[in-house]
Amino acid sequence: MTSGSIGARQHGSLTWLVLPALLFFTAFGIIPLIGVLVLSFTSWNGIGEITPAGFDNWVSVLADPALVHALGVTFLIMALSWLVQTPMSILVGVFLAGGQRYRAVLAVLYFTPLLLSSAAIAITYKALLDPNFGLGASLGVPLLVQNWLGDPVLAIATVVFVISWQFIPFHSLIYQGAVRQIPASLYEAARIDGAGRVRQFFSITLPQLKYTLITSSTLIVAGSMTLFDLIFVLTLGGPSDATRVLALDMYLRGFRGNMMGPASVIALIIVVVAVLLAMGIQRLGGKDANESRMEGA
Amino acid sequence: MDQKRVSRRSFLALAMAAPLGASALASCGTTGPGQAAAGEASIWYLTGQPQEGLRKASVDAFNAAHPDGQLAATFFENDAYKTRIRTAVGANQAPTVIWTWGGGGLRDYVRNGQVDDLTDWFAQNPEVKSKRFETSFDAATVDGRIYAVPCEQVSPIVMYYNKELFERVGAQPPTTWGELMALVPVFNNAGVAPFSLAGQSRWTNMMWLEFLFDRQGGAEVFDAIAAGEPNAWSHPAAIAGLTKVQDLVRAGGFVNGFQSIAADANADQALLHQGRAAMMLHGAWTYGSMKDEGGDFVSSGKLGWTQFPAIEGGAGDPTTGVGNPASFLSLSSQASEEQKAIARDYFANGLLTDADIDGWVASGAVPIVNGVDSRFSGPDAQFQKFVYDSATQAQSWVHSWDQALLPGPADVMLNNIEQLFSLSISPEQFATNMNAVPSS
Repeated sequence: MTSGSIGARQHGSLTWLVLPALLFFTAFGIIPLIGVLVLSFTSWNGIGEITPAGFDNWVSVLADPALVHALGVTFLIMALSWLVQTPMSILVGVFLAGGQRYRAVLAVLYFTPLLLSSAAIAITYKALLDPNFGLGASLGVPLLVQNWLGDPVLAIATVVFVISWQFIPFHSLIYQGAVRQIPASLYEAARIDGAGRVRQFFSITLPQLKYTLITSSTLIVAGSMTLFDLIFVLTLGGPSDATRVLALDMYLRGFRGNMMGPASVIALIIVVVAVLLAMGIQRLGGKDANESRMEGA
Repeated sequence: MDQKRVSRRSFLALAMAAPLGASALASCGTTGPGQAAAGEASIWYLTGQPQEGLRKASVDAFNAAHPDGQLAATFFENDAYKTRIRTAVGANQAPTVIWTWGGGGLRDYVRNGQVDDLTDWFAQNPEVKSKRFETSFDAATVDGRIYAVPCEQVSPIVMYYNKELFERVGAQPPTTWGELMALVPVFNNAGVAPFSLAGQSRWTNMMWLEFLFDRQGGAEVFDAIAAGEPNAWSHPAAIAGLTKVQDLVRAGGFVNGFQSIAADANADQALLHQGRAAMMLHGAWTYGSMKDEGGDFVSSGKLGWTQFPAIEGGAGDPTTGVGNPASFLSLSSQASEEQKAIARDYFANGLLTDADIDGWVASGAVPIVNGVDSRFSGPDAQFQKFVYDSATQAQSWVHSWDQALLPGPADVMLNNIEQLFSLSISPEQFATNMNAVPSS
């Protein structure tokens, strides 16, 4: 830790500051995690006795092709969300970073999805996508009248679209802030050297956004692992299990199927995979997190 | 924006905290919602009008007449109730009276010793039993013993049709499966979908199989499945029923894109009352919503209803009803003797009183009381009479499959039914998949 010298001087007060967060994290993070770990070695239907089951749950879940399928769906949605959200967010973020008045007006419009809850968004899209009474049928656009939520391939595409619609504004906001941090002197120097707008974007803006990109990607990846509410309302994992991601699989096994043991196993798998992925992405950005973010500045 | 980040990340922690946190909360002491004050029994009911008002009125009337033994009612939204009641029962903090759908959920409580056997109580109070439809007791019975009091209304599944569309093509509602299949091209050629179906909701598809299994092979086909007999799903009648449904899908029997239609927005009903689909298989409860949302569709007599058609050569009884035979109230085994006494008093003297029956009838429902048909007089009397006759003339009753099976297997079944309807698995694959699931 590089904060050693400061920490030594103000040691007492700093420890106090950490306490509330630590308490909450222990109560709502660590202790439930231990509980889930214990539950994963038991058999429990929610109302009966909790009986020890050894490694039965682990064996049955890990041997279940449904787990591989759920992992595959999760990673597919994660990859597609990243591929759609990242370029869009960077472009929107860079655009909105400009100081012009009309861009500020547009920013207000772009950020409205941030105000809506996932459940509300899912219910609205479900109504809009209805093949008989939805947007396509009302406007008389045959192209929009598809089996959006009933066809396995279209359902995945629809889910990725709605997720992106919801979260691009959030990531745009991060990029907007990051772009405004880039020193104007860099662009002035580039202009003197005769670089055009496109060249400036690729040679200055994008490299300067490296750490923001990592932050945003971490959020997308970790968020995708725990994606639940939107898919739960929109498709309930359907058609059949085409959009049944891990978090949904955990919920349905635990609270619909009343099999708390296997659900706990899946919960732990989610934790491990999400932590590994988050660590992996942080690595990509270099080991020293305190390295200057203002390269060349 | 920090909040967004926190909420996405902490969801995981929350989700995992739920099982443990819930039991921790529930064990916080005697002040939980399930616990009533001393000398008071508790009951959890479901919200949603008009039922909520009727339930509240029945409890209020009971409390006014019994000042020494009060019943405290708490109301929960349907889905919230389903998870909450399990948690409460699991933590031994259940209310005195447990509202259930009967069937598999009730069997689960019985197996874990959470509800009292009421068989002897019914023997001591024969008038409570004889007042109610005989068919309502099947779903309250586990291994020959009665564990719940049937109450409220019967909700059979009904074949609705649009009379206007039938007149336009000059057809009659189908009485056999052959006639039904013959109507499919007739309506498709007229530019109307033969059947409306909210396929995304899955249980809507299940209603078709409930009828087909029974009409084809009689009650023993699903009875064997519910009893967990090996290879019960491979019964020839079951395979025949599964094949018939796929025949109907292939023939274009269901509205285009039915897999994307959800029942919760009533879009399937709108297709029928807007004249875009000719028929719909749905619960009796949709009569009320079509009346509210369908303009003059119901009041002008354009809505027709009939029994599900018979299958030529099928072994089943065509009068057999399908659907929810009643609501069920069980007595928690955790309650004190004092609380149980209040609850039993409510079962005998608070449920289906004259005022209660009149309330249900006025709402358009059919309470599960023998002879209640003499009270039908309003604008809905014709439909109520039909429901009453279906319920009382039925020799047997098929309880909704997802309620009859245990919750885990029910979820797997709904998943497979969805694949069956989208033709991604064959009837034989469906049977193989389901045979592999322990169903009881």
